[in-house]
Order: sequence, then C-alpha cells, then structure tokens
Amino acid sequence: MKLSLTKVVNGCRLGKIKNLGKTGDRTMDIPACLLYTKTGSAPHLTHQTLHAIHGVPAMAQLTLSSLAEHHEVLAEYKEGIGKFIGMPESLLYCSLHDPVSPCPAGYVTNKSVSVWGVGGRVEMTASKFMTIQQALQPDWFQCLSDGEASCEEGTSIKRARKSVDRSLLFLDNCLRLQEESEVLRKSTIIGVIEGGDVMEERLRSARETAKRPVGGFLLDGFQGNPTTLETRLYLLSSVTAELPEDKPRLICGVSRPDEVLECIERGVDLFESFFPYQVTERGCALTFSFDYQPNPEETLSQQNGIQEEIKYTDQTKKIKTTSCNQEITSFEINLKEKKGTRRTLIHL
Amino acid sequence: MAAAVSPTSVESAPRIMKLVAECSRSRARAGELRLPHGPVATPVFMPVGTQATMKGITAEQLDALGCRICLGNTYHLGLRPGPELIQKAHGLHGFMNWPHNLLTDSGGFQMVSLVSLSEVTEEGVRFRSPYDGDESLLSPEKSVEIQNALGSDIIMQLDDVVSSTVTGPRVEEAMYRSIRWLDRCIAAHQRPDKQNLFAIIQGGLDEDLRATCLEEMTKRDVPGFAIGGLSGGESKGQFWRMVALSTSRLPKDKPRYLMGVGYATDLVVCVALGCDMFDCVFPTRTARFGSALVPTGNLQLKKKQYEKDFRPIDPECACPTCQKHSRAFLHALLHSDNTAALHHLTVHNIAYQLRLMSAVRASIVEKRFPDFVQDFMGTMYGDPTLCPAWATEALASVGITLR
Repeated sequence: MKLSLTKVVNGCRLGKIKNLGKTGDRTMDIPACLLYTKTGSAPHLTHQTLHAIHGVPAMAQLTLSSLAEHHEVLAEYKEGIGKFIGMPESLLYCSLHDPVSPCPAGYVTNKSVSVWGVGGRVEMTASKFMTIQQALQPDWFQCLSDGEASCEEGTSIKRARKSVDRSLLFLDNCLRLQEESEVLRKSTIIGVIEGGDVMEERLRSARETAKRPVGGFLLDGFQGNPTTLETRLYLLSSVTAELPEDKPRLICGVSRPDEVLECIERGVDLFESFFPYQVTERGCALTFSFDYQPNPEETLSQQNGIQEEIKYTDQTKKIKTTSCNQEITSFEINLKEKKGTRRTLIHL
Repeated sequence: MAAAVSPTSVESAPRIMKLVAECSRSRARAGELRLPHGPVATPVFMPVGTQATMKGITAEQLDALGCRICLGNTYHLGLRPGPELIQKAHGLHGFMNWPHNLLTDSGGFQMVSLVSLSEVTEEGVRFRSPYDGDESLLSPEKSVEIQNALGSDIIMQLDDVVSSTVTGPRVEEAMYRSIRWLDRCIAAHQRPDKQNLFAIIQGGLDEDLRATCLEEMTKRDVPGFAIGGLSGGESKGQFWRMVALSTSRLPKDKPRYLMGVGYATDLVVCVALGCDMFDCVFPTRTARFGSALVPTGNLQLKKKQYEKDFRPIDPECACPTCQKHSRAFLHALLHSDNTAALHHLTVHNIAYQLRLMSAVRASIVEKRFPDFVQDFMGTMYGDPTLCPAWATEALASVGITLR
C-alpha cells in the first residue's frame, strides 16, 4: 500500500492511498471517513438500502467489541469477515472498540485488553487477539493497545507512561505473531499512539511506534466531549508532526463535522462516521450545508458563519427524553418538535 | 330485515377482474386485476403497511420484489397525519412514494383491535384518538371521504366488525348494519371511476346470517367482494366452511378478497376454495421476532443451531437477503442491537409470500394445481397425509384429495 500526497495546505493533507485490499488494486482518497457498522452491518440498513445512497465510503469500520465473541464461528467459516457480513467488495478496518459505546475502564493489564460484546467480556492477550484477527482477515486492524490513560480527568504521568509502554509491547508481540502467519501477513497493522495528555509521552509514543513496520497510525485518546478535544488539539499537532508523511493517520472517537475539520488541519487523514448514527438515535436529521464558496467575499461571510456556528455549539440545546439528556448540535434538526411540515418526515 | 337498495344511482361498476385460467377440479382461479396503477396477477398476497411505510422495508424494496399492490391502514393514517396533509402530498401514493396499487381498509378493523377506545352506533364508530385524546366519529361517509382523499385504487366499505368468537344477536345486528353501511358508502363515494369500492361480507360463523349477507350484498353492483369477519379466534373447521360458503355464492367474474389470511397453508387452501386476494401481518410480524419463512415452515434464527449454519435461509430464494447473507450471519446480527437483522428477515418473508403466490398461480395456469397442492403439503408436513385435518377436509370439499 502506498500513500501519495497531492498537496498539503495549512496542515491539511490531500492525497490517495493506492494498492489497497487483498488484490492490491483498490484506491482510497484522503481525507476520508469510514463506514460505521455494528456487528458488521450499517445500523438499521440492509445492503440494498445502503447502496441506494451515493458515496458510500470505500472502507468500512468493523469493531472488535461486536465481533470478538463470534471468532469461533468465523474460524470455522474460514473465508473472512468481509464475505461473512455480505461485504466482500469493501475494504475493512477493524478497530478495538465501538466509538459510540466505549468499554468500561479498568480492565487493561500488562498482558491483556478486554472488549465487551453482547455476551459479555472477551479478554484478549496478544496471542488471542491475533488468533481472532486471523479469523476475521480484515485489510487493516488497530493493534491491541492500552487506551485508558485518557479516560479520567487529570491523568497521571505514570499512567500515561504505562499506556505507551504497554501499547509498544503489544505492538511488538503482534508484529512477531504476524510474521509467523501467512494469513495475517495479508492484513496491515495500524500502530496506536497513546500517552494521555502528557506531551512527553505522546511524543515518545509517536517516535517509537513510527520505528515499527506498521501500515498507519491511530491517534487514540483524543476523543471526549467538545471541550476536551479543544484542549487536546495542541497535542494532536505535535504528535502528527512526528509521524512519517507517507503513512495514513486515523483518529478514533471524532466524527462531528467541526471536530473533523479541526483534525484535518492538524494532519489527520481518516475518520470514523458514527455521528449520523448518533443523530438518528435521538430522532434528528442532519441539515448543515457544506458547500465551499471559492469567492473570497463570500468566503469571508462564510467564515463568520462558521465562527457563529462554533459559538452556537457551545450553547447546544439539551432535550430531556424519556431515558436521558441528549445534546442536539447545530448540524441537525429535531424531528420530534411539533412543527407542521416536519410531522410528515417524522411520520416516515 | 333486508335493507332497501340505495336509491342513488351509481354507474355500473367496472369489471376489473379478467379470468385467465380455472382449475378443473377445485375452485381455484388465476386472473388479472385491471387497476388504475397497473395490472395485478391473481391469486395475490398483499403485504400490509401500517402508518404508510412497510415496517422494515422501503417502497423501493417492495417494488424490487415484484409487489404490485399493498395495503395502507386508514385508521392510523386517517388520524395521523390526516387526509388534508396526505392530499397535499399527492395522496397516499405520493406520501409513500409508491408507484403501484394501494388498497386501503375502512378503519373498521382497528375498532376490534382497539375496542376499548370505541363505541359502535348506527351512525358509525365513535372513538377516542390514542394520539391526542380527541373524540371522533368514523361513519361510512367519513371513511369513504378519507379513502377518497388517500386516492387508493381499492377502498373498503366501513363494516360493523364483530370478533368471530362473539355469538348471539350482536352478530346479526352487525351483519344487517354492514349492509346499510355498504349502501351509505356507495352513495358517498365520490370517485367510482378512479377507486374501486369493495363490499365486505359479514355474518360471523352463522351459515344463515352469512348466506343472507351474501344474497343482499351481491345485489349491489360493486367491483369486488371481501370476505370479512374471519381469521380471528375461530376454529379452522368453522373458518374454512364460512370461506367455502362465501365463495360458492359470490359472482365468478368479480375478485374475492379474503381478509387477514395468512399462513402459507391457509393461502393454498383458500385459493383452492376460490379466493383471489389476501392480506396478513404475519410475514412482517414474524420477521420482527427473528423467524424466517421457508417451504418447510419457519426457521427461528436466534436459536443456537444456526450459529454456524453458513447456508442462506432458502437456497431457492432470489431475495436480496438470501443472495448475500447466511443463516449464521443473521443469527449473529439478531443477537446484536442492530435492527438491520429484522429488515433482512422482513424482506425475505415478503419475498417468500409473493413467490408462493406466483407458484400457485403458475400451477393453475398450467393446469396442475392439485399436484401443486399435493407437493406443497408434502414439503410442509413431511407427508401429505400429515396435513392438518381441517385443510384435508377443505381440500376434499372442492375435489382435491391428498394421497
């Protein structure tokens, strides 16, 4: 696989990744998003309805949390997760966790990481993890990593250091196991950058991970609520500066349009696309405009518009639903509001 | 007490049914309905959609499966969003974006299902809306007015529905009232050239009442007849006898719509008894419980036995679900919180019903319907002689003996 940059403007990278997939003939543009799936299917949509939509991403994101418990079935199936879920023609990236429902913290050890499926906890050592990946046979997969340094507020330097050490150890183990398996060698390992909010550890993680023969990098631990991302953006720039230009940079847990733009400006290439799913679940519809106006005068007023939008997102409305408080962003409309014309849409 | 025929003159109802073939032994017929939104081959199964979308399936998917007529529920749509809004959206066809035929019911059946909210008088059905608590009256005139606004190709009269488990004078009252309401519907119908009003034969499980209803209603010149008041809690033995009685007294050159049927076996038997059109929530409802319909019955895909079953639901089925997915995948998906699993099964189950009716029709046209029934029962029950007693009796009554 080969990443070629067409141009870099204000930190934003435009380019193509070539020679992707098992047959090595697929291409993907960057920046790009990955199709969000749950248990190997886009939420609520069958293959038929999904493909009625234009611009379905070339690469889909699978989550180990929804698939790990099925690894015996897949091992017996032998033909890989792509064919099993009815998406044999799609590129597949397997992440550890589901960005919408992150796993409970406190279960990472020096030897294992856990994910939660419907049937409960699945604990994985590097060895078990690679056995599962061998059954799944994705094109790319996130390496086993310790992502918990960023979980609580004010994480300690010691915890940040541990997350980096553990993740590097997992990475080296997984790379070694990959060498021993012909099947696994057909998949690309994505190295994970950890280190919590500690600059020193972040830089160490980036430099050390970049020394290994990984196919790309996942920037972990930058997710959270909008304010936490804001404060972590400066870390993000420093991290990407340490990474080689010719390998893709993924980020997890970031899917809101404004946040995606911020990350692109700091050298990120690939994003998850779970935001539409979250909007759907709270009964809202996306309505924001993303037209680009090359006219400088209009660009100015649009910039002002964006400023206002960002201000507005600070004042996101909170609606009380039967189960929980949900924040509606400025990118959507609430279809449950009792307005005449919208009743038609609600109805459908 | 028979009702007088409505004095209002109505143009002679169109003959919308063209018979293409008839079974020489049973009463089975193959035909073609000529409707405003295109022809429909019969016998036909009409999938039911509540609140203007097929639960779990889009209009495009239904079209792709070959469906050419489906149902819209007047009770739900008439209340919410209401006929004015639907008219603004270019009728129910526009609202659903459905290019083929639609059949709407009168709103009456929901009365039985939601009976705690309703009260029947000679005027109509008075009920309280579950959405905003308002009281309304659904009269024959109102029902037809709503259905006129919806613009469906076939509209149903408002009938006084009683559950088939009810006995006594209420059944007789409901039967005679349904005749009077039929006349009021005919009189109120503003668009007989664009929409076909069907009568609904009532009379419960009483032979005499049903015979009276048949005699009276067939005097009215409507384009088609439905057989109503069945497929509730009655025994199958009573059920088939009422169906057979009805088809024996209904005109041959008009379609017979058996409401609320049903399961595969029931469909095959009732085609033999002379019915042309069917509707039932069963295939879509059972899909939502993880059940897939197959020629041998159904597969409860959540069960552990399907965990490693890499075959499609039905290797003979051409639906998108069977083309792309295995039982094992659907099993895994059913155990997740992704509702896509239910949509996959809904698509398959509807495809199954439509395919069954196609096969039935082909066998009638090719003059081998009795053999088809024989094979069908063999596949479904392991042996044709293991077919349920009521079905065997019903088939025998129209000249098909299972060996």
